[in-house]
Amino acid sequence: MPQTEQRHCFAVLVHNEPGILARIAGLFSGRGYNIDSLTVSEVDEEAHSSRLNIVTRGTAAVIEQIRAQLGRLIPVQRVADLTTQGDVIERDLALLKVSVTEQNRAAIMKHAEQSKAHPVYVGKNTMIFELAGHPDDIDTLVGLLRPLGLIEISRTGVAAIGRGDETL
Amino acid sequence: MPAPSLSGAEIVIRALQDQGVETIFGYPGGAVLPIYDALFKQNSIQHILVRHEQGAAHAAEGYARSTGKVGVLLVTSGPGATNTVTGLTDALMDSIPLVCITGQVPTFLIGTDAFQECDTTGITRPCTKHNFLVKNVADLPRIMHEAFDIARTGRPGPVVIDIPKDIQFAEAPYFGPAQIKPRYKKIAATPKAPESAAIEKALHLMTHAERPIFYTGGGVINAGEKASALLSKLVRATGFPCTSTLMGLGAYPTDDQQFLGMLGMHGTYEANMAMHQCDVMINVGARFDDRVTGKLSEFAPKAKKIHIDIDASSINKTVQADVPIVADAALALQEMLNIWQQKNYHAQQPALQKWWGQIGEWRARDSLRYKQSDTIIKPQYALQRLNIHTLDRDVFFTTEVGQHQMWAAQFLTFRKPNRWMTSGGLGTMGYGLPAAIGAQLAHPNATVIDVAGEASILMNIQEICTAVQYRLPVKVFILNNQWMGMVRQWQELIHGGRYSQSYTEALPDFVKLAEAFGAVGLRAENPSDVDGVIAEMLNVSDRPAIVDVCVDPKENCFPMIPGGKAHYEMILGPDDEPSSSTPDEGKMLV
Repeated sequence: MPQTEQRHCFAVLVHNEPGILARIAGLFSGRGYNIDSLTVSEVDEEAHSSRLNIVTRGTAAVIEQIRAQLGRLIPVQRVADLTTQGDVIERDLALLKVSVTEQNRAAIMKHAEQSKAHPVYVGKNTMIFELAGHPDDIDTLVGLLRPLGLIEISRTGVAAIGRGDETL
Repeated sequence: MPAPSLSGAEIVIRALQDQGVETIFGYPGGAVLPIYDALFKQNSIQHILVRHEQGAAHAAEGYARSTGKVGVLLVTSGPGATNTVTGLTDALMDSIPLVCITGQVPTFLIGTDAFQECDTTGITRPCTKHNFLVKNVADLPRIMHEAFDIARTGRPGPVVIDIPKDIQFAEAPYFGPAQIKPRYKKIAATPKAPESAAIEKALHLMTHAERPIFYTGGGVINAGEKASALLSKLVRATGFPCTSTLMGLGAYPTDDQQFLGMLGMHGTYEANMAMHQCDVMINVGARFDDRVTGKLSEFAPKAKKIHIDIDASSINKTVQADVPIVADAALALQEMLNIWQQKNYHAQQPALQKWWGQIGEWRARDSLRYKQSDTIIKPQYALQRLNIHTLDRDVFFTTEVGQHQMWAAQFLTFRKPNRWMTSGGLGTMGYGLPAAIGAQLAHPNATVIDVAGEASILMNIQEICTAVQYRLPVKVFILNNQWMGMVRQWQELIHGGRYSQSYTEALPDFVKLAEAFGAVGLRAENPSDVDGVIAEMLNVSDRPAIVDVCVDPKENCFPMIPGGKAHYEMILGPDDEPSSSTPDEGKMLV
């Protein structure tokens, strides 16, 4: 079994009840697993179910354990390792605040346009761009804007879903 | 007809009755007074007043482990709840079904740092299988029944129900276990059956094995008496050798010829060598604990491993399984036995004969031997005598944690499951006395003996009061060597004999202590005293007895696999190897 760490996207369907997020976050910290990103939102109000998207990294053995340990939790209904199952569509939304001057405006606008980021606020000294896309694409834009005056970053974390007809 | 409305406190009692609960362990306090009031008004549930909430948790564990039923405890908020944390963790590690009901400050005071408030569900989340904070009394009947289902099904474990005081007063209709609509699909109505393809694969390995071994654990005990009976049948049908973890002792009779003794850090030489050399390992309900495997990279290197476990997360956690079988142990064993018999399978002969020959050679090393003395009581001798005196009795043993625990596992005989209760996973000093109280309450006519050390027993000594109050004739058999023996042993072997804080300077006189509590106190100082004192202890029938057995303070527990070493690197006795033998990376291990 490979000993190198791999990045994996988990989708977890849970019974939406108080403490469920703490239960899952506690499982990760208590057993020494990594969390790169974690998002949670109700997906079915009537069925009281929420979905968590967890991006983690670990060796194959650790990833298998994470899956099994999540599966043990009583309110957890379904666990899917989307990365192992196949092609994953991942989306992250970022709001990026950039300090704008006459000198850097053109460069900032060029990068934003090429990345398909939309300005959602234009002020005298700052602009805010919105970009939804694969987390790698957001990382790229962040990398380009940082030397040009990026002053604040807010990201939602990853929402993920498996490509194809199968559902969670 | 609409369901009758009851108060939250009455719902708790009613649900306990409907779950068949006869005995609960607890300690009252402000935030559970309504439940204690409801308890006062009924007669079917007996409440056992402990002297510390940790005692309630271990007593409930002893009750659960000796009966196979769910153990129940009732405590107040704040310190009442936090005092149960060690017991809950102990039950989680050893997969013991408990329901722990905790009082909480009223809902409108939660989060205000009210008197005796603590975040009980937050604190107990990592040490329970599941927990609940009841915010609406209408949910209470369902939560009560769900808690019992969660505790006892699948891999058993502890469940906490935190009930604010206003919820205990509020009223709602009561529903019985059959009327509630369970929310969790995970609570299986029937035990999980094995996949037949996996069973076939396992049997294929077994019929082709030349050096097979059964390695069994607490999962067999937890799967019920039937699982133990099936294990014995399968082991005998195959003719294979069988070893057991600390938790699994009693599932297979330990005095049987096919049993190799316990394995692991203080297991027998033959069990550990057979584990190291085997070519097929059949793990039934054990979890490759670090006490068992020793150095992982050299664990059973030649073996194909079959792993039967009810918990999928136990599979491939530390050791890769070649044939994983996620199932209830009884159902898996039943299936294996059925097919073995129907298809008239046989073990590989003469390879198995040769394997037994090899095992016989290892056995001849007599790894549990010790030097007997005429002048000082050897702890092993005291336990051998205790064993002989109790063989014909209906006997339940509990232990504390340390050297005495390992000696008890090595020298006592276990012929039936649920007769041996010891803190295996967490290693909780102070477990044995309250656990013995729980076992004695469940089996009033049985002989219940806590094999203890003088350090461990002081951790929950207050529970002697409980035993006296309910006239429970539990026996506390203290192997008193004046040291925290296992700590001292490690300091001797690994830390150059620097005995940092492991000697107890001021021990009580245990005979006088027993008498002060209203129990019987006895003492053995010479080897010739031992038989008489044991006989006297066994004769006490109306109160607890504490026996202070003054044993050799220098005796170490052997055989031993030092930390970081492999099965074949056992130290068989004090003269076997120099003390500098533990590798540096081994010193880091506990």
